[in-house]
This record gives sequence, C-alpha cells and structure tokens, in this order.
Amino acid sequence: MTEKPTRLRGRIHLVKDTDGKLIDNIDTDMIYHNAHLAVTDKNEMGQYTFGNLDGYRDFPKRTRPGDLVLVGENFGSGSSRQQAVDCFASLGVTCVLALSFGAIYKRNAINSGFPIVTVREIDTALISDLEEVELELESGRLTKVSSGEPIGDIEPFSSVQLDIYRAGGLFEYARSR
Amino acid sequence: MGKTLVEKILAAHTSEEVAPGKIVWIEIDVRTARDFGGANVVQNLEREFGTGAGSVTDTAKTFFTFDCVAPANNIPYANNQHICRLFAREHGIGMYDVDSGIGSHVVVEEGLARPGTTVVGTDSHLNIMGSIGAFGQGMGDMDIAFVWATGKTWFEVPGSIKLILKGDYSFPCQAKDLTLKVVGEMGASGALGSSVEVYGDVVGGMKLHERITLASMGTEMGAIIVLVPPDALLMEELGELTGVTGGNGILSADADADYTKTIEIDLAGLVPLVSQPGAPHDVAPAADFSDTKVDSIFIGSCTNGRYEDLASVAEMVKGRKVSKGVMAKVTPATRNVYRRCLKEGIVETLFDAGFIVSHSGCGGCASGQLGMTGKSEVQVSTSNRNFKGKQGDGRTFLASPATAAASALLGRIGTADEVL
Repeated sequence: MTEKPTRLRGRIHLVKDTDGKLIDNIDTDMIYHNAHLAVTDKNEMGQYTFGNLDGYRDFPKRTRPGDLVLVGENFGSGSSRQQAVDCFASLGVTCVLALSFGAIYKRNAINSGFPIVTVREIDTALISDLEEVELELESGRLTKVSSGEPIGDIEPFSSVQLDIYRAGGLFEYARSR
Repeated sequence: MGKTLVEKILAAHTSEEVAPGKIVWIEIDVRTARDFGGANVVQNLEREFGTGAGSVTDTAKTFFTFDCVAPANNIPYANNQHICRLFAREHGIGMYDVDSGIGSHVVVEEGLARPGTTVVGTDSHLNIMGSIGAFGQGMGDMDIAFVWATGKTWFEVPGSIKLILKGDYSFPCQAKDLTLKVVGEMGASGALGSSVEVYGDVVGGMKLHERITLASMGTEMGAIIVLVPPDALLMEELGELTGVTGGNGILSADADADYTKTIEIDLAGLVPLVSQPGAPHDVAPAADFSDTKVDSIFIGSCTNGRYEDLASVAEMVKGRKVSKGVMAKVTPATRNVYRRCLKEGIVETLFDAGFIVSHSGCGGCASGQLGMTGKSEVQVSTSNRNFKGKQGDGRTFLASPATAAASALLGRIGTADEVL
C-alpha cells in the first residue's frame, strides 16, 4: 500500500457561473450524465466529467493530474451513482472542495477513499482560476503557494475519513484491520 | 452541553466524541439484509473477502429478513433469495425467511432491537426503530456488506429537531392521521438530515403500534430518524411482546441538549387525512375526496400492519360487506401478528367482509407481493409511500386503517364516522 498524501499541492479550478459566483446545486447528472452510466472502467470516466454543466464541457481537457476543484453549495445532489465521484479520480483530481455536499455523494466519496472537504469560509477574490494552492487534509489549512497566505477555513478530515482514505477505500480499510 | 437522544445512543456505541456534524465509527448491534439487496451484500462480501468462513464478523448479530417478495413470484427474486439462504446456511447466519414478515418489525418482536440499540439493513424504512427509541438506518448493499464484515459503520452525527405535539386526537382519527399531519406540516424535506425527537402529552399515551406509525414516515420528511422517547408504558408493552425485559431501558435527552430548532404542531381539530397520489407530504382532509370512487384498498405495511391496526378494521367491518367492485387486501406485518389475528377471529371477520387476507410481509407496498394497481385505478393504502409507479400505474391515496376500511365499505373515499 502506497502512503496517501495528506498535504495536497496543485492548481485549483474555481467552478463559477458567469457572474463569478461559485456554482451551487451541481447535481450528479451535471457531473456525470446518465448517458454514460454503463461505463464501468474508471479510466474511461474522466472524459465525461462536467459533460452536462454549462461552461465546463471542456473541463476534462483543461484538467491535469494533481488539480483540485472548488464548487458551491449542495454539490452532488441527486442520484447515488458512484461515477460522479470516480470521474474526478479518473482525471487525477486530488480533492473536491465544496461549500456543502449532498448526503449520498458525501457517503460515496468517503467510502471510496476520494478526498472531499467542506469549505467553511473562503475568499475566492484572493485566488485566481488554476492558481496553485496547498491543502492540509488533517488541519484544514488552505494556502496560496505563491505567498503562503491562508485563503480559507476548511473543515479538517475526520478520523473516519482519514482511516478510509489512508486504506484506499472502505473494503481496503476493512481488510487492513 | 447536554446530549440529544440520538447523540446519547450513538455515544454509547463509539469511543469517539459525539457532536452534530462529526463523523464517527458506530458499533452496530443488529445487522440485517432483506431479499431486496441481500444478494448484492453476499456478492460484495464474497468478492472482497472470499467465499470461506470468517467474512462475517459476528454471525449471532447478523440476519437475513425476507419481506419484499415473499415467497418469490419471479425468477430473479427467487435466485437472489436462494443465494442468501445458501450463504446463511454456510456461515451460520440467522434467517427470517419468507414466512416471517417485515424485517423491521421482526427484529423488534424477537427482542433483538431494544431501546438504545443500533440497527442497520437494506430497508430504507429501518429508521422505524425510532418507535422504540433505538437508532435504525437503511443503507446500500456495499455499506451493509462492510457492516457484516466489521460490525461497525460510520455516521455523521445528525442535528436534532424538537417536535412538540400540542393537544390530542380522537375517533375517527388514528395515529396515522397525526402522522400525516406532521408529514404535511414538515414537507418532504422539512427534517432533512435531522433526527426528530417527538414530545407532547399525546406521546405518553401512544402504544407501540402508534409509535411505529409515526416513526415509519420520518423518511417521507427527509429525517434520518424520528425518535419517540421510550417510557414505562412502552417498556411494559415490549416486555409482553418479546418476553425480554431490562436492557438499556428508558432513555431521555438531557435537559440542556442542543436542538437546531423547535417545531410545535397543534393537533386541535385534527380530521382524518389522506396523502394525495404522488406525494406523501401532499396532505388534505379525506372528506375533500368524498366524490372519489375507490377501486382497491390495501391495509398493512410497516406503517400500519400491526395487530391493533387490523383489529380496528375488523371492528368496523364486522357483519358488513366490502362495497361491490372494490378489491380489499390485508397483510399482517408479521407471522406473530397473523397468528394473533387468526386466534382472535380477526382474519375470519375480515374474510367474511370480503377482504383478501394474505400471509405476512410488506404486502401491497413492495414489488407486487399482493398485486399492483392498473392505470387509472384508485387505491387507498395504509402504507407510507405513494410515489408514481411504486404500487403500480394507478393513483394511490395514503390513509389510516379506519379511513381505508370506511372507503372499502363505501366504495369511495370516506371516513370512519360515516359508517358508524
């Protein structure tokens, strides 16, 4: 088992609408449209990410491994499809930061060992799209790499989330015990 | 800071600190899977942990409860049930087979689920455990496989809403009318992600079957669970029902517990209610629909399939006949309820009035155990959900057993006071 990093450094995508506000209520059909539900190979899922979200259809092309993604309230509401979590992992996205998550999405992400964090407060004026940031999962510290200045207050990983993340998923966690 | 009821139950099952919003590992006392999802649980376990012994951590706490399609009336369900049976035999897991009845009721009757315990399974109405002051939760098949393998799972500790019921209700209203009133006032997402604790003088007089009715519709207002605090009356009734006494006993929230909000609902002037087809929270007086002709009636489900529910129907229809052209169906919740109804002549009374009385289970609420509705068919059902397509192509009104019985006699939607 490779050690999972608890300090993530990478470019952050600010998923905003045309008014410059973080987009709320992005549902699982906008994240990963039901037209592609038959896809079971994780490697193929990335190309469909945000395929149904206005202004973000080219998201997979603009994304590279190590990137982080920042979105608004109630991210991932709707169906229980696991692909809506897996598609980000498929692209190499290391973490999704949201103002809040849909309950099922949260459960699916934590169970699959994919890092998601809830943003208590953030000043998006302090950062530009694709700017490099650093996130410490255990402390919730989010900083701008260029200046080292803190840009938001993030809810740290809970011990449960950390356990499952370190193991690489719920069943891996069960086997590791 | 004091603790709410859900915080107390969860705190007793973890070594971690429990506070709303915090995610904690929770030990699970009773671990179930029903015939819906059960085969997937087996598949997950065998894929992840191999087919040998030892994939289930504590077989004495682990049970299959078949209630959806009992017995199986299609090949996929028959196959899935038998996958579970074979797995149960091999691993020594408890089996409540197709003769047993609704799993969430069986674990209460068997004394497995007790006040203060934690229960999970593949039934989205397992939060019915709130009726005895236990924590129950329905989950997906991967989550349940993990619980079977490890004995625990994680929960985000929910915030709690304090619901105070003012006043009381009386004939022709039943606990279902109170429940529909609450669901209507709260709305489909009024308690989203929350634990709801119910208080008020009326609660003190509520018997187990009434608490079950109220707790069973928490899901329909988005609640994680509706907890009815156990009292001496309930403990006595549980003792008689299960033969098990003691245990964690009477639980209560601390006086200085922190609630996200307090909601008061006044029961004054309560009348028999129905949920209109398609939405359990779309509630209106039953009397508003007295012109609506009824084609079929279903009495049963985890919401209204207890002995007292069926007895109240029998009392109304004794010596009478179901209206010509109405198909009336009754399903006792469990084998235990069925036996009591047989012994006390309730089955005979219902039969003579023209009801179809089936063996125990989820009945008309699940995939066609007891038939489904056809297009434009109007059904009055005592179940908890009437989403489009759930019970067939027809239109389903939700109502109390008394309202359903009156509608059966009248051939249209009607209330118990009309058939006195």
